[in-house]
Amino acid sequence: MSILINKDTKVICQGITGEQGTFHTRQMVAYGTNMVGGVTPGKGGTELDGIPVFNTAKEAVDATGADATVIYVPAAFAADAIMEAVAAGIELVICITEGIPVLDMVKVKKFMLGKSSRLVGPNCPGVITPDACKIGIMPGHIHKAGPVGVVSRSGTLTYEAVDQLTRLGIGQSTCVGIGGDPINGTNFIDVLTLFEADPDTKAVIMIGEIGGTAEEEAAEYIKQNFTKPVVGYIAGVAAPKGKRMGHAGAIIAGGKGTAAEKMKAMEDAGIKVTNTPADIGRTMAELLESVH
Amino acid sequence: MNIHEYQGKHLLSNFNVPVPRSQIAFTVDEAVEASKEFISDDGGICVVKAQIHAGGRGKAGGVKLARSREEVSEIARELLGKVLVTHQTGAEGKEIQKILIEEGCDIDREFYIGLVVDRASNTVAVMASTEGGMEIEEVAAATPEKILKEYIDPATGLVPFQARNIAFALGLEKPQIGKAVKFISSLYNAFVASDCAMLEINPLVLTKGGDLIALDAKLAFDDNAMFRHKDIEELRDLDEEDPKEVEASRFDLNYVSLDGSIGCMVNGAGLAMATMDIIKLYGASPANFLDVGGGATKDQVVAAFKILVSDTRVKAILVNIFGGIMRCDIIAEGIIAAASEVGLEIPLVVRLQGTNADEGRKLLSESELDIITAEQMDEAAEKVVAITGKA
Repeated sequence: MSILINKDTKVICQGITGEQGTFHTRQMVAYGTNMVGGVTPGKGGTELDGIPVFNTAKEAVDATGADATVIYVPAAFAADAIMEAVAAGIELVICITEGIPVLDMVKVKKFMLGKSSRLVGPNCPGVITPDACKIGIMPGHIHKAGPVGVVSRSGTLTYEAVDQLTRLGIGQSTCVGIGGDPINGTNFIDVLTLFEADPDTKAVIMIGEIGGTAEEEAAEYIKQNFTKPVVGYIAGVAAPKGKRMGHAGAIIAGGKGTAAEKMKAMEDAGIKVTNTPADIGRTMAELLESVH
Repeated sequence: MNIHEYQGKHLLSNFNVPVPRSQIAFTVDEAVEASKEFISDDGGICVVKAQIHAGGRGKAGGVKLARSREEVSEIARELLGKVLVTHQTGAEGKEIQKILIEEGCDIDREFYIGLVVDRASNTVAVMASTEGGMEIEEVAAATPEKILKEYIDPATGLVPFQARNIAFALGLEKPQIGKAVKFISSLYNAFVASDCAMLEINPLVLTKGGDLIALDAKLAFDDNAMFRHKDIEELRDLDEEDPKEVEASRFDLNYVSLDGSIGCMVNGAGLAMATMDIIKLYGASPANFLDVGGGATKDQVVAAFKILVSDTRVKAILVNIFGGIMRCDIIAEGIIAAASEVGLEIPLVVRLQGTNADEGRKLLSESELDIITAEQMDEAAEKVVAITGKA
């Protein structure tokens, strides 16, 4: 088992004929993802490696029965693409695009109220259930199927953690990148709720970073509702206040959102917090041993 | 992206936000000339305000009242070219290159009003407080009950009742309510139309004549939205930014200057922060945050290298790459090309992991360059800190 996606997930790619969309569609197919279609307005009726391309998301869904979409549309048009996917009723919308204006995301969030779709991202590496389905830009080969769920605001730092796990022989159930933007679709608590309900996820790694209060809220949720062991890491202890650290959401604003506050909230919730990124895998290995 | 107060006021006045009459001056003569509008031979008053991208100017002596043109001249002479140190500039301060000459006004009461994108509610939030002139963070810490908030639905925009809620809560009375609703609505319109990330009027003043005026204006914009605001992008003042950060932005590199001695080059923002953290954990300090991005080109790697080695405080460089889709051997080629082109006079520790890491490390060790390699992050941090020493 896994969360969000599995080997039966039917996936389309919005922006499939763009450079990124084409490259990553091929990578996903190579990993074994069931890519059933793509969308590029004006290129409907064509194909990419035999994958049919449609003009609209609605057409793609009607023709393929897709239940997930991955968006590689440029930032200026990405909010439009997300809303198109939501309007087409696609269950899972994963937006990889970085650099979407935050006020566009304010509109997207409003648009999504009362609709059934779930958005992951934007500005995220995507979601992978090892050996079953990869939707996004992460390197598939560092992953291995197994019992640890991973949820993170970062891309390469998540690869780092996953690689450490795999080297130690510990596999992953599903890895979810929720993205580095201040306003995103799925948050830590949403993913933790899914991991809690997934019988094959035995433990979770949660990787946060400075900015906002999502980690504090997740810690409170874990304290109250989460029964599985959690290893946590927060990036940005050495980050100065008021400076955006690459991710639009990684900023200590008004003295709020420091790594120290987040780490304390997580420790208070019983999370095993590691202060070095090099020890995420080892800490999980020790934790798994102690519960067995 | 930030802009100056005078630019912010100009932008706001285009949205019908009332601001004091003012003129920008780059020289003492211009300052005196500008003050003639406010100070006649019979007297008058104006305010001379240093224009730098930092708060706390008043307390630091960057805002002064003048009652004669001679005084304007004296103040202008004192301020122009002076390095102003406020609690937001850091110890090195910022040089004042322009001053705003503004009409004075009779203040009855001062308020705070600010707009931000609120991450918790996913909306634009309007915040107001009766504690005008105080920093909102201080008010939030000491008396959070004094901060009023209204969350704006993007579908309707700011609805007048929300502005009335704020106006009445600020203690304004009937004659000012209509003006306040117009004022706050105009601010919201300016915020949304300009893709602001933050807009602060502190203070918003009620004059003795009963008018509401934005006495200060602090605007920050969403960098991600600047592609649709070329006019605002032109307001960027490169003199206010760290030259290394300006250079990095030319190559689409995410770079933030810090005060340590180990230069960092990393792919991915999270990993770049984690690299800074691990350097700190081993007892030294990073000189910068630098994310070359997921698909860095050779040109970007070379540009990044040049920025790092141009920083005289940098005693060693740590490159930390986790190759995903991007292959480590390609990265290694970029590093070798960059180091050969730029010249390598300080120790370089390179940690490659992920896709084709072995091939990458082999290329590095076979190169003529004196590169120290590492397989894991902790090993890399330990090696670079051992070279530079703890600090």
